Amino acid sequence: MTADAIIVGSGPGGATAADVLTQAGWSVVIFEKGRNHLIDLADPKRLLGDYSNDEIKFVYRHFLGPDPLVEPKTFRTGEGEGDHSHVGEVNTIPSTVGGGGVHADGKTPRFREDDFHLLSAMGPQQGAAVADWPLEYADLEPFYAKVEQMIGVAGLAGANPFEAWRSGPYPMPPGAPMYGATLSAGAAERLGYHPYPAPTAANSVPYDGRPACNNCGFCAFFACPIHAKGDPVAMIQRALLSGRAELRPETFVSRIRTGAGRVTGVDFIGPDGTEGSTDARHVVLAAGAVETPRLLLLSGFAHELIGRHLMVHFQTIATGGFRDLSFHTERGRAVTHIHDDPIVGDEESRRAAREAGLPWIRGGIVEHGGPYLPILEAKLYPWGSKHDGLMAHSPLRRRLWAFTMQGEDMPLPTNRVDLDPKVRDARGFPVARVTYRPHRHELVASWHHGPRLAAVLEEMGASWTSVVTTPGSAGGPGEGRLSDVPQSRHVMGTVRMGEDPARSVVDAYGRFHDLPNLVVADSSVFVTSSGYGPTLTLTALAARAAAAMVETG
Amino acid sequence: MPVWLTDDEMRTLRAVVDRLVPAGEGPGALAAGAADYIDGLLGAFCVDPPRIWAGGPSSGRYGGPAGFESFHELGPLDELAWRTRIEGSLGMPEREFNGPVVGLQQLYREGLAGLGADFCDCDPEDRDARLRQHGEFSSLVFEHACEGTYGVPEYGGNRECCGWEFIGFAGDVQPRGWTDTEVAEP
Repeated sequence: MTADAIIVGSGPGGATAADVLTQAGWSVVIFEKGRNHLIDLADPKRLLGDYSNDEIKFVYRHFLGPDPLVEPKTFRTGEGEGDHSHVGEVNTIPSTVGGGGVHADGKTPRFREDDFHLLSAMGPQQGAAVADWPLEYADLEPFYAKVEQMIGVAGLAGANPFEAWRSGPYPMPPGAPMYGATLSAGAAERLGYHPYPAPTAANSVPYDGRPACNNCGFCAFFACPIHAKGDPVAMIQRALLSGRAELRPETFVSRIRTGAGRVTGVDFIGPDGTEGSTDARHVVLAAGAVETPRLLLLSGFAHELIGRHLMVHFQTIATGGFRDLSFHTERGRAVTHIHDDPIVGDEESRRAAREAGLPWIRGGIVEHGGPYLPILEAKLYPWGSKHDGLMAHSPLRRRLWAFTMQGEDMPLPTNRVDLDPKVRDARGFPVARVTYRPHRHELVASWHHGPRLAAVLEEMGASWTSVVTTPGSAGGPGEGRLSDVPQSRHVMGTVRMGEDPARSVVDAYGRFHDLPNLVVADSSVFVTSSGYGPTLTLTALAARAAAAMVETG
Repeated sequence: MPVWLTDDEMRTLRAVVDRLVPAGEGPGALAAGAADYIDGLLGAFCVDPPRIWAGGPSSGRYGGPAGFESFHELGPLDELAWRTRIEGSLGMPEREFNGPVVGLQQLYREGLAGLGADFCDCDPEDRDARLRQHGEFSSLVFEHACEGTYGVPEYGGNRECCGWEFIGFAGDVQPRGWTDTEVAEP
């Protein structure tokens, strides 16, 4: 039997496409290379109890995959470093049923109007492929509203003075604010910034048959033991309950098959290593902005832009130490407050850009939060007789507060995903290689905003502050230097969308210009990165792409 | 009785973790059972299902079923990854797709031997000097000792939650969680 659509990847993009298509009566087969720890496939009404508050399992033992030993990636900053300078984890997003939605702490902000026409609004940046998207905020707004309902997003409309217009309120009110965030939000307000409750896909009240979040605290990089998080569980469940979706975990799609100007299906390798193939009228790629271009390259797709313009978020992390305060960051959501001021910009940021010889700079959302995991803390202190005293006093957990700015990253043709010439996964296929180094824009924006974030921490009462970036950046005001490998889990842009087939790979609905029954429904299609987390936007784009598939048949 | 290490190796390992995360204000790695945690990892495949991933969704410490005690079955790819990581590639082609991998078992066997058969008989300063000489191995054991002192007890360490109790960390709080007031107030 030929399925109406094959969907590669069961994360927020793929799950949303599956939901929209099955509700329209289509039959779909969802391929997921990771394991299923989410839902009983024989009885989709039943969610599994595999997730837990277990730092060893989730942080050190790769429970959500991919295990870097059998599915590594490689990294280099440029060709000067040879084939690669690092093998292992690079921008790791879970490889599991539910994908990145499962480990995310659920921050789900919308983009703003300007994010969809950055070239028109701000102008070019030298060396960067800044461009307008082939759609505007108004085109996506109905889908933002729809997916906020599907996922279940808690937030407060109007709390952010810079927010884009909304056709309706959030489905739920915000959850409980973290104690530390109430202090940092107050300090930020006193210095003229505009913090607000972070739009978060964690139920603040019972929603859609799932319970309210009970504030267990194991949120970012964990998976929700009570399924109160808006990982794509709702969409996967509805798709399976329609009776028109089949989900195949532990099944790796190795090749997209084409013939007579169309895609015809995929080849795959099942859990026991046996090879197979399936036909479909459409193929939807939703494996993420690293694995989607990898699959296209493994399949022999030759468009010069595939894999290029990889964007992450350039993270600036300001930390403050507090002698007189003790936080309990292990309680509640990982982040409850954010502010957007560095995205919007002001006279000072415009001056900083001018002085650096740049036309403009844009930062990103600032997340208010703090570290909360004891093993992570224990490993930061030196071994020996002082270790237990440090753990008791806890300068790097109980007495630390932090801001993370998700800085907008320029789309550069040289930042890319391609196939590593040597390193293989356990199935024998070349792995994705990330080549990345930041544009000067990211560094200047970070150097401008980093000290301002530190100033908020001082206003909050910090006795010391420190600013670091990931990837590391020499020469700025930051004292620390982290690895060149970006720690950001936000990956975007490697199969960019546009009107012009010479400058883009897919159209405004994620369809390949020359193969309209091949559709991309993940953050690969992003034209620019904005400074907002990508999940809600990629989910809205997936809903829009799937609706267009239904419309055109 | 250690699961995988010999009695002599276990004796040395216990002395090592005692220097890396010593008792003082806190219980230290030795009393927390970090050596058993490490031995349990090295011998994860001596039991079925292997002691890699504790179950969910709750431990029973805050209500709910004691699900952590039922370890997860591994999938074929999980088993390949964890056998390779623990046992090493041992010349098997299916484990050497990117070249040979030295396993944790070999690292520990050689690392413990490298500290000297008389390690347990040395005075504390000598022990620390030897650990500094073998920095790479000490770092490996230290990371595992932290996991075995402050991680979920079902893996053999953090005995009776003594590590968590010491630092005032409630641990796995499902299904109780925290009230909104406990989140928002100091």
